Amino acid sequence: MSAPNLDLNTLQGVVVRFAGDSGDGMQLTGTNFTQATALYGNDLSTFPDFPAEIRAPAGATFGVSAFQIYFASEEVSTAGDDLDVLIAMNPAALITNINDLVRGGLIILDTGTFTAKNLGRAGYAQNPLQDDSLDDYRVIKIDISKQVVEAVKPFGLSHKFAVRCKNMWTLGLVLWLFDRSRKATTEALANKFAKTPQIAEANIAALNAGHAYGETAEFPAGVDIYKIPKAVVEPGQYRNITGSDALAWGLIAGGQLADLNLVFASYPITPASSLLHSLSTHKEFDVVTFQAEDEIAAVCAAIGASFAGSLGVTSSSGPGIALKAEAIALACAVELPLVIVSTQRGGPSTGLPTKTEQSDLNQALFGRHADTPLPVLAARSSADCFEVAIEVIRIATKYMTPVILLSDGYMANAATPWKIPDFNDFEPFPVKFHTESEGFSPAQRDPETLARVWAKPGTPGLEHRIGGIERDFETGDISYDAANHQKMTDVRKAKIDGMVRDIPDQEIAVGEASGKLLVIGWGSTYGALLQAVKRARLAGHQVSHVHVRHLWPLPENLGELLASFDRILVPEMNTGQFINLLRSQYLVDAKGLHKVSGQPFKISEIEDAIYEELELIK
Amino acid sequence: MNEAVSQKLTFKDFESDQEVRWCPGCGDYAILKTIQKTLPELDVPRENHVFVSGIGCSSRFPYYMNAYGFHTIHGRAPAVATGIRLANPDLDVWIITGDGDSLSIGGNHTMHVLRRNVNLQLLLFNNEIYGLTKGQYSPTSKVGTQSPSTPDGSIDKPLIPCAFALGAGARFIARSIDTEVKHLAQVLKRGHAHTGASFIEIYQNCHVYNDGAFETVKNKKTASDHRIDVQQGEPLLFGKEKEKGLRLNPGTLKTEVVSVSDVGLNAILVHDETNKTLAQILIDLQEPEFPVAFGVLYCNPASAFVTDLYDQYSDVRGKREKGDVNKLLRSGHTWFVD
Repeated sequence: MSAPNLDLNTLQGVVVRFAGDSGDGMQLTGTNFTQATALYGNDLSTFPDFPAEIRAPAGATFGVSAFQIYFASEEVSTAGDDLDVLIAMNPAALITNINDLVRGGLIILDTGTFTAKNLGRAGYAQNPLQDDSLDDYRVIKIDISKQVVEAVKPFGLSHKFAVRCKNMWTLGLVLWLFDRSRKATTEALANKFAKTPQIAEANIAALNAGHAYGETAEFPAGVDIYKIPKAVVEPGQYRNITGSDALAWGLIAGGQLADLNLVFASYPITPASSLLHSLSTHKEFDVVTFQAEDEIAAVCAAIGASFAGSLGVTSSSGPGIALKAEAIALACAVELPLVIVSTQRGGPSTGLPTKTEQSDLNQALFGRHADTPLPVLAARSSADCFEVAIEVIRIATKYMTPVILLSDGYMANAATPWKIPDFNDFEPFPVKFHTESEGFSPAQRDPETLARVWAKPGTPGLEHRIGGIERDFETGDISYDAANHQKMTDVRKAKIDGMVRDIPDQEIAVGEASGKLLVIGWGSTYGALLQAVKRARLAGHQVSHVHVRHLWPLPENLGELLASFDRILVPEMNTGQFINLLRSQYLVDAKGLHKVSGQPFKISEIEDAIYEELELIK
Repeated sequence: MNEAVSQKLTFKDFESDQEVRWCPGCGDYAILKTIQKTLPELDVPRENHVFVSGIGCSSRFPYYMNAYGFHTIHGRAPAVATGIRLANPDLDVWIITGDGDSLSIGGNHTMHVLRRNVNLQLLLFNNEIYGLTKGQYSPTSKVGTQSPSTPDGSIDKPLIPCAFALGAGARFIARSIDTEVKHLAQVLKRGHAHTGASFIEIYQNCHVYNDGAFETVKNKKTASDHRIDVQQGEPLLFGKEKEKGLRLNPGTLKTEVVSVSDVGLNAILVHDETNKTLAQILIDLQEPEFPVAFGVLYCNPASAFVTDLYDQYSDVRGKREKGDVNKLLRSGHTWFVD
């Protein structure tokens, strides 16, 4: 992406980042701007990036919360590389984000916050407003704090509450700058503060005042309203969706397709909690949510629910998944369906709880005691979470197995426009519980899928026991027999291996099925990989992109696909986990590209790696 | 013919086809038998009984019951049981656990299942020792217990399971003994009738690693002086001739063992199951100074978790339209592209 020329008034695409204190309301500002942008008709992608501290000391660099959006008249698949516009609500926001801004980019900043104290906290030796350090940029300096206090004066708010409206004042200005409507924000504010109309009105007044400021004020040369033409997208009904909402809704949808009640048991952990929050607001569906006392209790309650005939679902992030590991293995042993959502974050340990990473693939694949293979699937985008959630429920119930769904902090929080599917187009896969007592054994299996029978408590004549001690292949009774253990281990493996017949062949995201270079990835790197490969192809290079959803078992044709390329590049946000899987499974040489900075890949980083590989081919 | 009548259950209906594998002389046999005998009296279809256990000798229990059963992992039975209850509120759930399972590795879940007052029965077989791992001391072992891991005697203070339960907010707390069929059956029936979490501690003799741990309260020769069997509304008396009683000293607020002939029957505490303060006093009674209390020590019902949860669901559902996925996907801001 080349930097747009801010001298032009019509642009193809713009990357904007709102940055401020964690208490400045930057996420809300960004969300409202996203809504207005979607309604305007641009394609877009967002990247909310916030600190772990809820309210860090005001003005601290570690408390800066940011929300980035890339919107364009072309197809958008990432939140953009470098910034064209930076909104900095204080010196800390400026110093921590300025390096991402292109030369000639636009800065909007609140001069009211550039006090000696805040400058000191941000680490500025001298005021950047008074030296030449911002000379390479276009800077709009406004005392937003003062402006907003003036704007909301009629509402009689205390100074503290008045200043809190400054995010909306700023949003009003930015909406003006990009010719976006204030209507959706006005409605959202009225809704959000329905119980305190005074606050709603003050925020709306601030929004309007910011917008009016844009209309009347004098700006640096060339800065005026920018038009970004509407994107050409498929006709239909659209919405913005975050990964966690898409996942929650996918679980609800999957439960209906399986004709099952869901019991969602979870324990709060960043960045996975939003799934619990989302599902607990939907009591009108057959979903029971349960905040357990800890991670272990959450997965155990989910397993109990599955035993009793609901579908148990649990969710967490890496450290919590580690705590659940023993119980997941129990679910493997007793062969009950269970869905485990793992929303990855930077690790190990507490690591970077609000930052994204893909370093829990090994944990999902191998992080249990004993031989306990289970299916692992990864969503590739916020919207994709919906379909993948349905797919994991299909697999878990059809094969009577725990399934891990990998998401990550980036995908969970980021919003993208989504063409809303028609739920009637999804094929139902209703679960049939066993009810026939004649010849019943809890160990009986479907000869084709090898799935164990599901007989739920409350069914007369099917009283039976399951448990963690090895079970006899025929009767399900406890068995310490050596040959039986061999047989049971083999059948548990065969069941998971056999799933390959039931998962789609690996598709190619872009490019040919053979050639010089294959870029292969999984998870939320999809957008960056896709764009980078498309650009390389536009430049005339023979590059293909494959993005894998089914990480275990791997699609049947994947080996053949890998063998059809001269070189293989595997970018992932870890130090090389998927690449090891590919190497061990297919004995292929492959080159890794690794990034664990807590930030998603930039398109340019993938492009650089592609060109390095292409050089080697020459 | 009415099927329900024709299928009147007996204890045999609750015997599974599995060979019972506890050590000869283990107290678990007696408990198993008593439970198998008691269940037919509860008027619950066999298919609705679910036995859930963790790990340990007692946790093998579900394999021997012809009902639904789940032998889970160490300490986690209360969590699994909670999930079962959440999924199907019609089931009758029994947790079978031991002192290590429920109070050591699973202490957290025991606390929370009681705090939430999940509708189920929790039977804690307390033998004051780890049996299945071959005799290490447990969180209820008396100080000085010599075991493979404490050859010079254990030094940590034991937990009183019923005190833990009361502290966690249990609304039904009872104590009984493995071999006392009648007493145990009565306590089980009371626990079953209670709505919410019923905590029942059963003194269970481990014949191999901790034989005789409860001898003073089990032996007919010593029991009358070492135990007090509480009955609702009855004075708290014990001794061969019920000549001793418990009194709360009005001056010191301390519990005392007094001679009835000295103080008169009116001075003796009267058992009131709903009185939490009295429950605390009874639970704290420990040998050798005091007799150990048996029976229903506390029963003060409150609304139960799963009932409340489903009530909340009905309440919310009553105010909303039934969930429709297509509507959900189109909720909030959407827009059309032509």
